[in-house]
Amino acid sequence: MNKSIGVNSNYLKKNPVSTFVKNNLGILIGLLALCVVLTFTTDYFMTGKNLLTVLRQICINVLLAFGMTFVLIVGGIDLTVGSVVGASGVAVVMLIEAGFPIALAVLLALFLGGLVGLINGVIVAYTGMPAFIVTLSMQGVVRGIAYIITDGRSVASTNKVFTTIGNSYLVGIPVPIYIVVVVMLVISVILYRTRFGRRMYAIGGNATAAKFTGIKLNGLVVRVYIISALLSALAGIILASRMYSGQPTAGQGYESDAIAAAVLGGTSFTGGIGTISGTLIGALVIGVLSNGLNLLHISSYVQMVIKGIVIIMAVGIDLFKNRNNSK
Amino acid sequence: MDCEYFLEMFHINKTFPGAKVLNDISLKIKPGEIRALVGENGAGKSTLIKILGGIYKKDNDDGLIKINGETVEINSVEEAKKYGICIIHQEISLADNMSVADNLFMGAELMTRNNIFLNDKEMIFQSQKIMDEMGVDIDVTEKVGSLSIAKQQMVEISRSLLTNARLIVMDEPTSSLTSNEIVQLFYQIDQLKQAGIAIIYISHRLPEIFRVSDSITILRDGNLIGTHKTSDLSEHQIISMMVGREISEIYSSDKQIIPGPEFLSVTNLSNKKLRNIKFSLRKGEILGFAGLIGAGRTELARAIFGIDKISSGEIFIKGKKIEIKHPMDAINCGIGYVPENRKTEGLFLNNTIRYNISITILEKFIQFIHVNRKKEKSIVDNFTKFLDIKMVSADQEVMFLSGGNQQKVLVSKWLTTEPSILILDEPTRGIDIGSKSEIYHLINRLAQKGIAIILISSEMDEIVNLCNRVIVMHEGEITGELENSEIDRLSQERIMWLAAGGNG
Repeated sequence: MNKSIGVNSNYLKKNPVSTFVKNNLGILIGLLALCVVLTFTTDYFMTGKNLLTVLRQICINVLLAFGMTFVLIVGGIDLTVGSVVGASGVAVVMLIEAGFPIALAVLLALFLGGLVGLINGVIVAYTGMPAFIVTLSMQGVVRGIAYIITDGRSVASTNKVFTTIGNSYLVGIPVPIYIVVVVMLVISVILYRTRFGRRMYAIGGNATAAKFTGIKLNGLVVRVYIISALLSALAGIILASRMYSGQPTAGQGYESDAIAAAVLGGTSFTGGIGTISGTLIGALVIGVLSNGLNLLHISSYVQMVIKGIVIIMAVGIDLFKNRNNSK
Repeated sequence: MDCEYFLEMFHINKTFPGAKVLNDISLKIKPGEIRALVGENGAGKSTLIKILGGIYKKDNDDGLIKINGETVEINSVEEAKKYGICIIHQEISLADNMSVADNLFMGAELMTRNNIFLNDKEMIFQSQKIMDEMGVDIDVTEKVGSLSIAKQQMVEISRSLLTNARLIVMDEPTSSLTSNEIVQLFYQIDQLKQAGIAIIYISHRLPEIFRVSDSITILRDGNLIGTHKTSDLSEHQIISMMVGREISEIYSSDKQIIPGPEFLSVTNLSNKKLRNIKFSLRKGEILGFAGLIGAGRTELARAIFGIDKISSGEIFIKGKKIEIKHPMDAINCGIGYVPENRKTEGLFLNNTIRYNISITILEKFIQFIHVNRKKEKSIVDNFTKFLDIKMVSADQEVMFLSGGNQQKVLVSKWLTTEPSILILDEPTRGIDIGSKSEIYHLINRLAQKGIAIILISSEMDEIVNLCNRVIVMHEGEITGELENSEIDRLSQERIMWLAAGGNG
């Protein structure tokens, strides 16, 4: 018996870096291989400037993918993330143009985004309708509203302060990257260090068990959808700032990249499994891949095909690996 | 503890839309008392327990629940816990994806002093302490999904201890445990009793009830039949109170059937889980496969049926060598397989009885686009009658049938293919004694019709009373064989000895 206690204290002391590498080995090797290949096939890839560009480009997807990871962990899915990006971008720019102070406009846009999450969550949790159907439909609703209020045209931002958020650098690093790092720290703490996070895994792993231990499932699920929507709204605001305008078409199809990042990072589609670090690497793989293909002058049509194949292969390898482990 | 009884329930009623499932049930349990709760499926055991656990609400009438002499309302799982009531459900309710420690503290996580962050260190320490106290060798940082069923059950029990339970309800706790593990469980139960914890023990297995309980409460069709001291009752009396009629014999005594000529023979069969399996099966014979869980019996069935690959060995039917690479090959050779988990591997639960019975023989009544409904109906009627399936109509969804009737549907599904060999894997698992008896009679009738039957069972009584011959397996190998003449009550010990890997 004492022996097993020994094992556990070791577990506590276990190096987080080595645990991280072990859990994400497959995808890390993939990422590394990709970087090596691109370093040798292009002159420009392995330059500080390009790497920073990659990081800045993935910021939006990382935020969405974090939200998606949360939703996937509780066994749901959120297809509204892309449309929330568009709608919140439009909202924040319109509010600023209407004379609202920037901070207030940002808060309001976040609030509106959160509202979408609340609606998603309440319908999913309390009616038992499948999350796929609910969020697929809400995607149309939200995107439609973005078109209606802008009449389908993009809204230019004349506010210099607002547009610097997405376009300026701090100590040589783009500001959005700082925002993502802060978000990552906050949601990591929520996921790993709080009751709320622990219970998310319980619900995704075995909802009945969670219910029988007295966990209030519905409220928790609603909050998870709100978190996902808030992160999407934040991404939309950053994107609008970067593009100097709120565009109702922004974020179209972003949900697929977000899902891809989460799944590449080892998040389970059936719930209960997923990590922030894994999702981050997943987003990096997608970002590096797009960047590399661009540098290699491969057309965006071909890129779509390649990305699709890479995701199927990566997830397939992961599945195969797990199947062997379980036997 | 100034009150004699920990729990008192008075005149509990429960009505579901259209059906009264509990009728005036009263129950009193003392601290440290082990109360068996028995009754056929549908007698109201689980409903009563769910009311106690805050999952269902009792009818809003004179019904009363007292804990330590004080009247309480139990409206949620949390409230039940607060009163020290903990239910260990039949299906293990742990999250596979999480560690043992996480599961133990699920819903009641320990926090650091600021009450914002989780205190993993403390949770792991406390969990390990409990495991050590129980004498269970489990690493609490391991994922629950990687533990054996028995260990998962121990985790469930320790979880109830953590919540300071005063009354633990165990719903069929032994249904997936091996004999050794059951002994371990009973040891834990004795410990709990010593500690003054009351236990409600629900089981279909009467020998266990006699071993473990102080008193027995019998329910039938939602009514309280009576509560008696265990020592005052015989097995026979309990069964007749449960069923409401005398069960003249649980097993039909037609063991005298003389099996026909050799029909199936298997030589040197091996794969990842099996080593050098060699046996033969005769027409009309009931061949039992005994062994502990994980001995490779199900794996053998899967290999013969073409689900798992065979690395070497040969299978002969009527002396002719056959190749089975896919279940379809096995079906074409006249083999039927009724799997162990009828819900996950056997039945389409949300489809109708008709659908389930006819799914394997669609070609018999569907030609191209012509569906011969009459023929389908006659086939389905034939089997529902032959097996005496209790149902409203054949268009009823299978999920609403009792466990025993579900099993009959599953058996019919295979009988429609007119098999000459039928493999039954734990056919009576989780069904009540009345239905069990019917399944036994059915097996005997099938054997009389000349079907060769392989019966995989962990219930020694079944093996001993039903089979013409018994093969015992241990870790993928056959460790012994008992002929008809050797099989009697005494052979149970010998079978156990062989199953545990003993020689000779």
